[in-house]
Amino acid sequence: MTETTGTTGTTGTTGTTGTAGTAGTAQAGDGRERVGFFTDTSVCIGCKACEVACKEWNAIPEDGLSLTGMSYDNTQALGASTWRHVAFIEQPARPAPEGRTQLPLADGPPEPPPADGEFRWLMSSDVCKHCTHAACLDVCPTGSLFRTEFGTVVVQEDICNGCGYCVPACPYGVIEQRPADGRVFKCTMCYDRLGAGQEPACAKACPTESIQFGPLDELRERAALRVDQLHEAGVSDARLYGHDPDDGVGGDGAFFLLLDEPEVYGLPPKPRVTTRDLPAMWKHAGAAALSLLGTAALSFVLPALARRKRTS
Amino acid sequence: MKGARGTKGEQAMVPRAEFASYYGRPVIKPPSWSATDIAGYFFLGGLAGAGSVLAAASQLTGRRRTATALKVSSAAAVSCSAAALIHDLGRPGRFTHMLRVFKPTSPMSMGSWLLSVYGPLSGVAALTAVTGRLPRTGTAATAGAALLGPAVATYTAVLAADTAVPAWHGAHRELPYLFAASATAAAAGMALVAGPPGESAPARCAAALAAAAETATDRAAEHRLGMVAETYREGRAGTLLRTARTLTLAGAAGAVLLGRHRPAAAASGLALLAGSACTRFGVFAAGVASAEDPKYTVVPQREEH
Ligand code: SF4
Ligand code: SF4
Repeated sequence: MTETTGTTGTTGTTGTTGTAGTAGTAQAGDGRERVGFFTDTSVCIGCKACEVACKEWNAIPEDGLSLTGMSYDNTQALGASTWRHVAFIEQPARPAPEGRTQLPLADGPPEPPPADGEFRWLMSSDVCKHCTHAACLDVCPTGSLFRTEFGTVVVQEDICNGCGYCVPACPYGVIEQRPADGRVFKCTMCYDRLGAGQEPACAKACPTESIQFGPLDELRERAALRVDQLHEAGVSDARLYGHDPDDGVGGDGAFFLLLDEPEVYGLPPKPRVTTRDLPAMWKHAGAAALSLLGTAALSFVLPALARRKRTS
Repeated sequence: MKGARGTKGEQAMVPRAEFASYYGRPVIKPPSWSATDIAGYFFLGGLAGAGSVLAAASQLTGRRRTATALKVSSAAAVSCSAAALIHDLGRPGRFTHMLRVFKPTSPMSMGSWLLSVYGPLSGVAALTAVTGRLPRTGTAATAGAALLGPAVATYTAVLAADTAVPAWHGAHRELPYLFAASATAAAAGMALVAGPPGESAPARCAAALAAAAETATDRAAEHRLGMVAETYREGRAGTLLRTARTLTLAGAAGAVLLGRHRPAAAASGLALLAGSACTRFGVFAAGVASAEDPKYTVVPQREEH
């Protein structure tokens, strides 16, 4: 779809103010553009081609074949062996906006409005957000997690020692340890394919272009147009998620167009990279360390004073 | 889906926080750390760090036996905690990768470097004290360990708080003070158990101060956490933290009132040690509980602004 070897200079967001503690600011290197995903869930048909393509291309092991009862979602969540996850949400159909509920997918006559009691399906293919300020990368003590020349976040499997710190650090619950292996795994945005000038497997496989891959700036423009288009068509629920470079993680490298609140899809409403608070935390730890010294000093001085008082 | 949208027409008996989730699944991944290894490490690191401070002060004030006992306990505790850390790695053979980089944005990296300096210092302090050899080296090591000890005891709070875990990050301002107080209580307890009663006046005083500080910071943390404080009161975490409070207060009271008598001092010391361990396991359990329920991730984020 898109050439990744553009020469238009870096488009990655550089350190914005108020991020004193973060290490891994997304900035594409080598004069390359920062690339990303724009996942337009309004055209997702829930075919899971992305999940399959991802598993196949990246040779990810099988991770459970259970039926969950969560609509058509038997994958459940992103994890060490699930790098794309299609969420299925069944909802009572909303009142038809101006006489229509069909999303403007293609030309042709709109479908008749749904009868009472009908449901709407929300489907969304979730993935690692390749955060501009990635908590996983910030906290990794081995340097295994790193920022690539494409502005993405990748685990070096020969370095990771399975300390597991990145797992609870990720505000989206993406990265996970593979129990039998001990190391952590997550989406690499098909680092190998990007290197060869190819688009990631999921985007390649997506039949509706719900998953769009390309330079992040271009995707953001395209997403803004799409959301306007949907609003004009009466889909007032449409909103972008993770597109804003001023949000708690400095914007996502993989962002979304959603049709309901993020938490309905299992996404955090206002994620925040906790390393932003690290300077404050170190300050408190320093003060606490001093308080420990102070308490110890007091404990030796007070009894001595008391004794002196008693003897005098 | 659960919560606001999913329960239309249903009347909850207790008013619940309104929130939506994806089939009630957690938003973030709970830490995969084992409680024994990591909460155990928090406890042992605190015991070691605060112990080094009390050891140095004991030596300075001529309380030789207490000083030696604390040096040995710190060296043992830091060895066990290093073992626990390595045991918890998914790839224990790669533990040296911890020292590949020096990374101030990673509390675990800073902690690894800290331990790699503090560990040998506390080992030398203990060895020289026990053997009586190289007194000058011993004094230097004792002083070094006492300077780094407070950092060893409190950085673990930053390690926990620098995650998306609501019960930990939400209390990132209070957690270091709580850990410092809990560490002091543990070290005071160790001094009471292992030192002679004649030298225990500072330990008894430290126990009382630490218990007071722990109670106060515990309150402050729960106050700050708002609805997430539930995770400190309910379930396994609630039981552990209530037990911790009882043990710490009983231990401190016992130390102050009866600490001059050997059996009572030992019993109070053990209560303080157990209380400190329960505090760390309780905080750990609260973190896991807060990560496992999407409510604690979604509602506080919604309430911002
Ligand atoms: S979504 Fe999580 S795993 Fe992905 S880059 Fe951001 S913090 Fe790291
Ligand atoms: S588990 Fe691996 S990738 Fe994650 S923080 Fe530890 S060393 Fe880094």
